[in-house]
Amino acid sequence: MTTLDAPAPLAPTEVPPQRGTGERIVAFLARVPLQIFLIVVGLLWLVPTLGLLFTSLLAPEDFQEKGWWQVFSEPSKLTFDNYEAVFENDTIMSALWTTVLIAVGGTILPIVVASLAAYAFAWLEFPGRDWLFLFVIALLVVPLQMALIPIFSLYDTLGIFDTVLSLILFHTAFGLPFAIFLLRNFFVGIPRDLLEAARIDGASELKIFVRVILPLGLPAIASLAIFQFLWTWNDLIVALTFARETQPITVAIFSQMRQFGANIELIAPATFISLLIPLAVFFAFQRYFVQGLLAGSVK
Amino acid sequence: MSSGETITARPPPEAAAAPGGRRSDKLVALAFLAPAAIFLGVWIVYPTIRTIIRSFYDRSGDEFVWLENYERMFTTEVLQTAIRNNAIWVLVVPALVTAIGLVFAVLTERIGWSVAFKTAVFMPMAISAFAAGVTWRLVYEKEPERGALNAGIQAARGVFVDEGVISDASASSDALQGSTAQGFSLVQPVSPGQVVQFGLTGIPSSEVPEQNEQARVPEPLQGGITGVVWRDFKPGGGTPGEVETEEVGLPGVTVEIRPTTGGGGRTALTETDGTFAFEDVEPGEYRAAIAPATFSQPFNGVSWLGAKLITPAIIVAYTWIWAGFAMVVIAAGLAAIPRDVLEAARTDGATEWQVFRRVTVPLLAPVLSVVFITMLIYVLKVFDIVISIAPGSVQDDASVLALAMWRTSFGGVNDFGTGSAIAVFIFLLVIPILLFQIRRFRSEQR
Repeated sequence: MTTLDAPAPLAPTEVPPQRGTGERIVAFLARVPLQIFLIVVGLLWLVPTLGLLFTSLLAPEDFQEKGWWQVFSEPSKLTFDNYEAVFENDTIMSALWTTVLIAVGGTILPIVVASLAAYAFAWLEFPGRDWLFLFVIALLVVPLQMALIPIFSLYDTLGIFDTVLSLILFHTAFGLPFAIFLLRNFFVGIPRDLLEAARIDGASELKIFVRVILPLGLPAIASLAIFQFLWTWNDLIVALTFARETQPITVAIFSQMRQFGANIELIAPATFISLLIPLAVFFAFQRYFVQGLLAGSVK
Repeated sequence: MSSGETITARPPPEAAAAPGGRRSDKLVALAFLAPAAIFLGVWIVYPTIRTIIRSFYDRSGDEFVWLENYERMFTTEVLQTAIRNNAIWVLVVPALVTAIGLVFAVLTERIGWSVAFKTAVFMPMAISAFAAGVTWRLVYEKEPERGALNAGIQAARGVFVDEGVISDASASSDALQGSTAQGFSLVQPVSPGQVVQFGLTGIPSSEVPEQNEQARVPEPLQGGITGVVWRDFKPGGGTPGEVETEEVGLPGVTVEIRPTTGGGGRTALTETDGTFAFEDVEPGEYRAAIAPATFSQPFNGVSWLGAKLITPAIIVAYTWIWAGFAMVVIAAGLAAIPRDVLEAARTDGATEWQVFRRVTVPLLAPVLSVVFITMLIYVLKVFDIVISIAPGSVQDDASVLALAMWRTSFGGVNDFGTGSAIAVFIFLLVIPILLFQIRRFRSEQR
């Protein structure tokens, strides 16, 4: 139950062997409407994204004339010109690089900070631990809108407004409650004997954390890394608030949206590039993604 | 496994044995917690308190104005719209997403290629709400030539509705009355044997049929009604209501006759010279008219991105994103249901619907509520998809709380006081959900 293909122990589709061929055919035919329905729905679900892809591969004058479905009748109209133009567009390219920096920083930093705290919540003893943990969970639901205005002023005062660092720090803080919650619950499940053995050997807590907890906690850390990466990569509101010059890709495209129709040859390919990376991450690490989703659909 | 089960504040079994611990232990714990404490304190706790205080101050932040900002939130039109829209979101989206997720989860259990289906539906979860917004903005383009949705509607409509031959016209004499919307009918009723004349003017010259022929008044027909529809316009003058040389017939016009006593009517199409004929007409009086279908307008596209439809349009896009999430979480819950329970119900003669309604759904209730509540929390903070789909001109009509908060604070108005008040309002709406969640975690612990 960690991937999309969670196997049902005995799915109703499995036909008991004692049934005859005729009955099996009847059972199959009975499902034909269902199959057709699901095929149609599945295709409908893909249409918007395919539309974006095909639009990005059309010359703007072709798109102004007719929608992306013309590629089915005239596949020769497909062209990579828009992509070439985007790759030569400095604003978009530097925005893409900024996004990479923010997403990588915004993934690593919260994981480091959260795993330290999660270890403390799981295996160290200190007064008020459970209350503190409950408090962290409570912070899960604080909408980030509550922080925008004061942090806007704070960044201004500190002089770090409009920097990659300022965005990473914000993403780190708002990623922490979920990260601590997820990791703590995973760390608690690590066998106590392993920790005790290390403690008896005289290992320091830091050593235990690095040598025992982190390696064993890797599956949870992987789930978390994927989530955090997708959140920071896909963010719009934080960057829209705190970034002017150091725009990530979402903001760079957003600033072109005023003339949606006229800028479509830039918007469509840039958007498609921006969603390729999350999609690749999703397909490569589907297992961890779904795991994390099931572990904490609460953020 | 539902997410709720894993969210517990339960200490590890033996860890609570020595409450407090040694002093050095506390220092170690402090060291491990300090970085997180700094981040949470500076970026979440402090701003939360600051925003609450700020919401009682005016725009510049100098003057304490009590609840004025909150009052403004409920009295300013744009903000009222945002509250109303967000209420629609809250009422519609969690239920819709949960229902669709449930249906997909149950149905995909019965097919062999569920992975492919689930991947297709789940994929939008990975991409940004902003990219999804751009994607749907394309779908919703108004011109049927470009917007996929309107193109689909146009194609479907073409099957049922024929486009009219003329878009605009008016009656050339008082003998005719009506409009393009109602059709034009003769004031006087007609009887078999009569010849009727429908003169139209005001036809855009581009729409005058190319194969035009001189209009001709047909011969009367024994036991039938004949007539002509023509363009009663002649460069340089002419007499209205009379078929003259150089005036052309209008082909393809739908003419309708209907007994004045009521009952079914008949229709006929005009020829290239504008003539038409109804044969074998029963004696009696008839009302003759040019049917409005003649003037039916070509499809210009529904303006999904206009002020009226924008919120439903964005909700559809949002559902597209989140249905996959609901489906996957519910499918995991479904896989955990013991099969023998379902089989037992089937053996007892329950129909599939009864099994679904009376066994599956009740057993899934905890998972369904997790999905529902998750969506509730998200919907109260919805922002990216709205700002990316709604064109600037309708953002006031599409506004939701988070968007109103942002636009009030950073979108040119720069009113941090009212912006803070809206943020606090969102927070207040989320708190009851949080309390509900915490209570549930705790009851699950017992």
